[in-house]
Amino acid sequence: MLFKNNIVDKQYIMDCVATGGNVKVLAKAIHSLSRIGEELYLEPLEDGLALRSVNSSRSAFACFLLSPLFFQKYQAPSDQSFRCKIPIKSVQAVFKSLSSLDRSVEKCRIQLNSEKSRLTITLHCKHGLLKTHNLSFQDCESLQAVFDKESCANVLQAQPRLMVDTVLHFPPSQEEVTLSVSSDRVWLRNHVEDDADSSRAMMTELCLSSEEFDHFAISTQTSITFCLKELRGLLVFAESSGLPISMYFDEPGSPVILSVTDSVLEANFVLATLSEDSHPKNHGKSNTKHPDTEQPTDDFMNDDMDSFLIAMETSELPGPSHVPTSPPHPVPTNNRKHPASEEEQEEALAEGPPNKKFCSLFFGSVLPTLSQLTNQTIQSQEVLASDSEDENQAETS
Amino acid sequence: MPLSTQSQADIDQYILIASLDNARNLSNILKAISFKDHAIFNATQNGLKVTVEDSKCLQANAFIQADIFQEYTIKEDTVGFQVNLTVLLDCLTIFGASTTPGVCTALRMCYNGYGYPLTLFLEEGGVVTVCKINTQEPEEPIDFDFCSTNVTNKVILQSESLKEAFSELDMTSEVLQITMSPSHPYFRLSTFGNSGNAHYDYPKDSDMMELFQCTKLQTNRYKISLLKPSTKALALSCKVSVRTDSRGFLSLQYLVRNDDGQICFVEYYCCPDEEVGEE
Repeated sequence: MLFKNNIVDKQYIMDCVATGGNVKVLAKAIHSLSRIGEELYLEPLEDGLALRSVNSSRSAFACFLLSPLFFQKYQAPSDQSFRCKIPIKSVQAVFKSLSSLDRSVEKCRIQLNSEKSRLTITLHCKHGLLKTHNLSFQDCESLQAVFDKESCANVLQAQPRLMVDTVLHFPPSQEEVTLSVSSDRVWLRNHVEDDADSSRAMMTELCLSSEEFDHFAISTQTSITFCLKELRGLLVFAESSGLPISMYFDEPGSPVILSVTDSVLEANFVLATLSEDSHPKNHGKSNTKHPDTEQPTDDFMNDDMDSFLIAMETSELPGPSHVPTSPPHPVPTNNRKHPASEEEQEEALAEGPPNKKFCSLFFGSVLPTLSQLTNQTIQSQEVLASDSEDENQAETS
Repeated sequence: MPLSTQSQADIDQYILIASLDNARNLSNILKAISFKDHAIFNATQNGLKVTVEDSKCLQANAFIQADIFQEYTIKEDTVGFQVNLTVLLDCLTIFGASTTPGVCTALRMCYNGYGYPLTLFLEEGGVVTVCKINTQEPEEPIDFDFCSTNVTNKVILQSESLKEAFSELDMTSEVLQITMSPSHPYFRLSTFGNSGNAHYDYPKDSDMMELFQCTKLQTNRYKISLLKPSTKALALSCKVSVRTDSRGFLSLQYLVRNDDGQICFVEYYCCPDEEVGEE
């Protein structure tokens, strides 16, 4: 039969309906995520629908958590066992013509039927037009970067307009920028590699006073360098939603977290920062050493892995089975930002950390069966949930 | 006026003369069928018919009635020739694509007959260009033998709603499947691409549906590469009629309004890709 009635009277593992303006928000979230990675990781949780993406070098991660209130109807699998990844271009194709989306689409439904192996996205449009997309997906492990906003020493919050205007001064091709903070000022300048011909490089530097920010809480004067390109997706989203952007960061080497929150959604963009030191700081927390044969891209591509991958310390540490007992704190790794050749990688591991490198973000493979991981799982989920915010962050209602 | 400085003798030898104050009234509609280089021109008392074909499976026709032209003289019952459509369009738009209001290219198209080139006199802002395009022996257009008595299913839709669907078509799909039925899903466009399949359903009571006459369930597939060019005609049109006959042949007819609000027609005929069978 060519067209079974695929909408009513079926048992759905997952069934979410977004209506009105939220359809456009959903589409914009997906477009933002496409600026990070090639795949969209979808996981319906009790807390809401998590949409995540990570870049190939694992140095940028983004997650949108859309709470059940974002949806007109939200039905997640009761055992929270469903998660999948879809090439993000396939999902973007469903939400083409972004500008006219709010005028033409009345309702968007995302469903997974227990019998089918496809995710169905249905757009109910004006004039009775119904667009049904059945997308094939791949099963995967949960993708979750390990980060903790609460433990960051520095917090800034600004209106998106400020960030967009600031970033405008840098050419679209500008890869990295350095953010420096003092007790009352913020500087942003482009980052130029040491080996680049400094006489030909154009240096741009902007200085912002603390008064420009909605919230300015700097406890450690520091400079961090991160990739600007991957951030632009969040800026576009924040600007269109009008929500303020919060930045959480620490010393170089720790990731910078940019966050946009409202009552029904939370977006976190986690970007690795360059570690300037040759000897990365020991944070005094026990962490596992990553099995040194694995490279980040191989690890996380392997969806069959059983082991729980955690933050890595470069100094001498126990073997892979050791699990951190305290809230995991991202620390520098031996891995380069752009893992080039195998040789280079091994060389880096053998010599010790190279002078400058981006940290790879650390991912937990959420396997609830392992009891030692339960803590970690909760931690990860806590970080995602909107109620994990600290008091000094000015929240918009 | 420069265009009328030809001598009477010159004018007498032409078997076809067609003039337009605004060449866009011809070039725009020809662009809607310009997916191949060669076009077959057939002129009769009623007007001009331009045909473009692809792989013996697809045929597009543009009809520009005699009364669209400011001057239309034909000295034989039918006048036929074949020209390079790309070259013709380049000539028609030789003054550039300027859309300054009030400024347009005037055209006089002349043809002496078999063996002679197609002569175009184009004028804009006092500048005259004369183009002579070589003609060839016209091929016989395919007769798809599509007659209205054999039509199984027919719908007329406002183009606006189909435009979105066609512009979003998953081009990784080899086929475009069209399902027409007196019951659900009524009118459905489907693609089967790399990321999955997609269905666009138009209910019969949609306000975009001007006419719905479907007698039986039919599902046919057409090569998407053949139908994609019809998007140009769709973009120009305000209404489109979609008809399939008992063999599954597809007829798309587009109602196009030109710059002056006059009506022209473009139609596409397409053979089905394979026998899907009727359920």
